[in-house]
Amino acid sequence: MLRFILNRLLLIVPTFIGITLVAFLFIRLLPGDPVILMAGERGVSPERHAELMAQFGFDQPLLKQYADYVVGLLHGDFGYSFSTKKPVLSEFMARFPATLELALCAIVLATVLGVAAGILSAIRRGSWIDQATMGVALVGYSMPIFWWALLLIIFFSTTLGWTPVSGRISLTQFFPSVTGFMLIDSLLAGKPAAFWSAVHHLILPTIVLATIPLAVIARQTRSAMLEVLGEVYIMTAKSKGLAQRRVIWLHALRNALIPVVTTIGLQVSVLMGGAILTETIFSWPGIGKWMIDSISRRDYQVVQGGLLLIAAVVMVVNLTVDLLYGLINPRVRHR
Amino acid sequence: MSATDDPHLGTAEQEPLGPPPISPLRENWRYFLANRGAVIGLVVIALMVLTAIFAPLIAPHDPTAQFRDALLVPPAWTDKGRPEFLLGTDALGRDILSRLIFGARYSLAIGLVVVTLALVSGILVGLVAGYFGGWIDGLIMRVMDIILAFPSLLLALVLVAIIGPGLFNAMLAIAVVLQPHFARLTRGAVMAEKHREYVTSARVAGAGTLRLMLVTILPNCLGPLIVQATLSFSNAILDAAALGFLGMGAQPPTPEWGTMLAEAREFITSAWWVVTMPGIAILVTVLAINLIGDGLRDTLDPKLKRS
Repeated sequence: MLRFILNRLLLIVPTFIGITLVAFLFIRLLPGDPVILMAGERGVSPERHAELMAQFGFDQPLLKQYADYVVGLLHGDFGYSFSTKKPVLSEFMARFPATLELALCAIVLATVLGVAAGILSAIRRGSWIDQATMGVALVGYSMPIFWWALLLIIFFSTTLGWTPVSGRISLTQFFPSVTGFMLIDSLLAGKPAAFWSAVHHLILPTIVLATIPLAVIARQTRSAMLEVLGEVYIMTAKSKGLAQRRVIWLHALRNALIPVVTTIGLQVSVLMGGAILTETIFSWPGIGKWMIDSISRRDYQVVQGGLLLIAAVVMVVNLTVDLLYGLINPRVRHR
Repeated sequence: MSATDDPHLGTAEQEPLGPPPISPLRENWRYFLANRGAVIGLVVIALMVLTAIFAPLIAPHDPTAQFRDALLVPPAWTDKGRPEFLLGTDALGRDILSRLIFGARYSLAIGLVVVTLALVSGILVGLVAGYFGGWIDGLIMRVMDIILAFPSLLLALVLVAIIGPGLFNAMLAIAVVLQPHFARLTRGAVMAEKHREYVTSARVAGAGTLRLMLVTILPNCLGPLIVQATLSFSNAILDAAALGFLGMGAQPPTPEWGTMLAEAREFITSAWWVVTMPGIAILVTVLAINLIGDGLRDTLDPKLKRS
């Protein structure tokens, strides 16, 4: 098991170096002079230009620039935002809980509903329930989620008035930020009204963000379940006279869920991509909206740092899922 | 079709044993046709291709013509609708149906160009990695890992930020993001195939490296690649629409569906049809392609095939 873990850890090192290279090259590959580009239409004076070139190290040889960049990263220096003058890392940390809260709600919703739908479809294979569920799953899988978000807003927010259109919480609610999660902080502050406001704001973005992972998980669970139900040991269990329920829940599900865990892990990358669209539409103050705003504001140090940090988060989650996979599936770790 | 399809050829002397054998292609086609969803998907896409080709003949109006007396007219079946604008008009008085019809050209072209670029480059890269192995393989696959480490939409966005917004650049960026899937599939298949006897015999017979890669090995790896190509086609359309929606893809006044949605965003409270119609077009197209993809996977994956 230790060898398995070390192996995995070693494998991600080159990928991680590659990610820093991509982030590093991003600013250098932008067409034109990086300082003029960041300054935008206002322009800069020649003196200020030289000063900024020196400040960002753009006048150094490329290899030296990269070395400085990596050393900076190791010291937690991810650059500074051009528009707010604050360090990119602290800006990221300020917004990450919002994205994490939304993503966690989405992945929980997608997993619970997706696994349930997949099991139901598999044990009722060929029935109308199966066909309807898989039909809905295929529609979900094909959904342009930015349009789906607009539809939900039209229906639930503007027509029915059930949910707010944007933001994380009603502007009239105040409480100290402890964890950065609105759901937890509002309860810690003992403000149920604030808690319900946060829940209301979460509903639509969660549904939108969960849609594609939900469809993928449902489809994957169904096929994994069908594969396992065809195995000899299931037939053995059935012919021993065990109750249907026991066979499905105890014998089949445990093994069927192994590939599903991988699928759920792979959805993290999908979630981060989806967060860009979801947060933009719902004005959710998280990482995705921050990236889009920074791209349109030409705040390229933020884009660079955000790119690196998001990829790092995705990699760490995938690594964790990989290790977890080894833990629950002995066939992998003894290979 | 081959001569073996015809039971009357060369079988005059002996009794035929059971039904005549069918060619693999025809067998797959038959199997595909038995899948109702896949056939529906195929019909929808065929109609869409026809729509795209004959767009100028079908569309009732010019997609960029602005009817100043008909701003935000609702669809024809509603009270305030006008019969000449079947699906209504947008804020500039342009006919939505005509824009959707012309938009089909963009979506299909996006899918076609992106998949061709990603497929060809991915196959080449994967062939080289799988065939040569060693450090070449290691290097290529690490690069693929790096591309896959980023959320695809984010990487496409950043690439477009580098090379500049626009439809063609968006297609290039999406092709780069989708390409590693093809490379990985090809590499895996090549590694499984390259030590088989038929490859060795072709090599002994004097086939060169290129011939071995492209003529001997590649055709036997095509099944999964075709399925992946279909999936990538729908992903390309979705991602391009998303980029258009975020203002980084096709630029207005191009009647690309995602861009149309971006222009329609401010009217979600006042004019539902401006928002609804382009989304339905995207959903139906992507759904149809995914139905075909599911059908192809069931057909080409021998594990799922009923015996």
